[in-house]
Amino acid sequence: MEQTSGRPAPLLEMRHISKTFGSMAALKDVSLSVERGEVHALMGENGAGKSTLMKILSGAYRADAGGSILIDGREVDIDGPQAGRHCGIAVIYQELSLAPNLTVAQNIFLGREHRRGGFTDRKAQEAACRDVLARLRLAFPPSTVVSRLSLGERQLVEIARALASDARILVMDEPTTSLSLLETERLYEIIADLKAHGIGIIYISHRMEEIYALSDRVSVLRDGRYVGTLGRDEIVAERLVAMMVGRDLSSFYKKDHRPAADRRTLLSVRDIADDVRVHGCSFDLKAGEVLCLAGLVGSGRTELARLVYGADPRTRGSIALDGRALDIRRARDAIAAGIVYLTEDRRRLGLFLEMSINDNVSINVAAGDAHGAGFTNAVKARERADRAMKTLEIRATGISAKTGALSGGNQQKVLLGRLLETEPRVLILDEPTRGVDVGAKSEIYRLIDDLATRGIGVLMISSELPEVVGVADRVLVMRDGRIVGEIAAAPDQPITQEAIMAYATGVAAVDADA
Amino acid sequence: MTNTTKTIDAGALARADRLQTVIQIAGMLPVLILLCIGFELLSGRFATFTNLSIVMQQAAINTTLAAGMTFVILTGGIDLSVGSIVAASAMVSVMGSLIPGWGYIGIPAGLAVGLACGLVNGLLVAVVKLPPFIATLGSLTAVRGFARLIGNDTTVFNTAMPFAFLGNGSLFGVPWLVIIAFAGIVVSWLILRRTVLGTFIYAIGGNEDAARLAGIRVTAVLTFVYAISGLFAGLGGVMSAARLYAANGLQVGQSYELDAIAAVILGGTSFVGGIGSIWGTLVGALIIAVLSNGLILIGVSDIWQYIVKGLVIIAAVALDRYHRSRG
Repeated sequence: MEQTSGRPAPLLEMRHISKTFGSMAALKDVSLSVERGEVHALMGENGAGKSTLMKILSGAYRADAGGSILIDGREVDIDGPQAGRHCGIAVIYQELSLAPNLTVAQNIFLGREHRRGGFTDRKAQEAACRDVLARLRLAFPPSTVVSRLSLGERQLVEIARALASDARILVMDEPTTSLSLLETERLYEIIADLKAHGIGIIYISHRMEEIYALSDRVSVLRDGRYVGTLGRDEIVAERLVAMMVGRDLSSFYKKDHRPAADRRTLLSVRDIADDVRVHGCSFDLKAGEVLCLAGLVGSGRTELARLVYGADPRTRGSIALDGRALDIRRARDAIAAGIVYLTEDRRRLGLFLEMSINDNVSINVAAGDAHGAGFTNAVKARERADRAMKTLEIRATGISAKTGALSGGNQQKVLLGRLLETEPRVLILDEPTRGVDVGAKSEIYRLIDDLATRGIGVLMISSELPEVVGVADRVLVMRDGRIVGEIAAAPDQPITQEAIMAYATGVAAVDADA
Repeated sequence: MTNTTKTIDAGALARADRLQTVIQIAGMLPVLILLCIGFELLSGRFATFTNLSIVMQQAAINTTLAAGMTFVILTGGIDLSVGSIVAASAMVSVMGSLIPGWGYIGIPAGLAVGLACGLVNGLLVAVVKLPPFIATLGSLTAVRGFARLIGNDTTVFNTAMPFAFLGNGSLFGVPWLVIIAFAGIVVSWLILRRTVLGTFIYAIGGNEDAARLAGIRVTAVLTFVYAISGLFAGLGGVMSAARLYAANGLQVGQSYELDAIAAVILGGTSFVGGIGSIWGTLVGALIIAVLSNGLILIGVSDIWQYIVKGLVIIAAVALDRYHRSRG
């Protein structure tokens, strides 16, 4: 509460915040301040305490006694979400919290409807909504039903909702996860605009480029403790990573496996299409090769992978493994042939969150392991789960732990463990490091390298260009459902992000935007 | 002052934690036990061997139906047709028992009718991809009509039912009905918890899309759960025929599906699928039977029995949800 002379108090100050759940300390004496018009990035591995800190700020949790929260230098008592909103705090969560069946205007003013008598004043509300949308330069009308918007647009509607509630402190939790590149740029512009209006932003992200592009300061949490804060000029990736993991990650990306130039072709896909999102794609994948599928969100990468895996029906095209044609009509056929697919959406399409690690790891092979009459081979299942826990370093209380209770990185490892137990020849990985903390990311890169060394063909979809450049032997770039470019790494000429982007955006598309 | 608040919070948290653990293990068992104690205190006649035997006998058919229903609800589905299937298979079972010298054929005939109806439900849901509610609502009506049709809408009797002992006899003092129902529960438990198929059922209920991507034969598993629900309903029909020596297409099994669903839900199985246990279902079915029996013993009128039963079901499940949502 003491105030240094002249300088106004920061917009937000969290002092000595601690939080314990039962006997577990989630936060220990963490302090954080945000100035007006500042983007303060918050980094840390999953489980470092970022979300807990933000939940205390928004009123979802109550901090232990001893800490305090000050806004404009005045102590406030945030004892519930309502109080958080009154203090001008708005959180945009990773899991979108819009009602898909309602309109944009209804969502933006949900719970704070414009009223006239006992009725909603739809006209006034839509007018107010139009103002907010205009401020964010969003083109759709207030009466648009949210389910018709893209994930990226929905995220922007969430921001509009925060603005409409006169928020002064905005918390963004991995806001770009579901955004396309264009939408991400739009978000950057919006953030600049918010800064100009004096709004303080706490920005949580795992993506280094975003931290570089946006943040005025970065604070790092580790194991519930405050590690340190770097000013804009001090932000260096190696330093941040070291702060986050508490050790030096000398080689973040690992590429020890030999280039696959002289290897034999493992998987060949010819003219595959669904004629909606994918229009005739052909490519070869060699044994021991890491082939990356790059491109903008919506370019058809996931759809292509799902066609190869048999998750969606294809209208034409052929798939061959080792030169033998495969008749893949459903996922089961692909798995039987040795082709497995890691979904980009592990919670919705991958894991059985209510089930144990044990069940999740062994489910693909449970039928083959079973005793006569279909009785589960519990011993074998346990062996498999134990192996996955050990080789993938899954951190959990045990193999009977519920998968839904694990962190993102550990959930991803459980899913990887399940795929590896099928002893695949071809591994299709769709955004394998999405929503995964830095430590687990580097472990996944190491795993991909190991698998390639063992002769498995890896087809990896990724939207993170540094990652693509870091792990790929060869890159295919997709645009509008077609493969428009191929870039192979050569000893004298490494793959560059610029080359990928040139193909991904297409010269014509760039011209149209300019 | 803030310090005292903190201690209270920590204590409450630890208590909630312990309660949570107990509830997860025991489910609705405490409610069942409390009901039994309550009825014994109020009537003084509840906890006799004879009465408990009656209660379990009354619970037997519903327990059997609820066992099948548990499979269906675990996949996130519902089977509204089991009451009608009970009627149809009871009819066929009685009519089969009338065949001179071949009376025992009534048992497999009743089971076959149930299985066939269940298979049709399963194909409608898994292959035609109708919503389970709609598919089984249709068969609820159609199968009821079929049950009336095969007996020309009359009551069929067999006073010399060859397998009447199943409905009225007992083995070492335990009624056959109870033995059959319990065996059904044990078989269900084996399938759900000890076979790969059981794991697939939980997986589909938890996340059908993920199950398909994991290569599970979702169509086959869904067909199976409706088929086994039909088979259990067919067994219920045979049990009913054996107990009553008779069947009537219109009256037998009326709204049995509702008691079966209530038993499953009381047993803690999630209506959206993926969570639940067969032992919970057993407890749920017993709660319903104890309520009916106990309310009669303490002299509550028929009309009030309905009201009390309904409220107890709502309260018990609400309590369960409340405890689950904490922690």
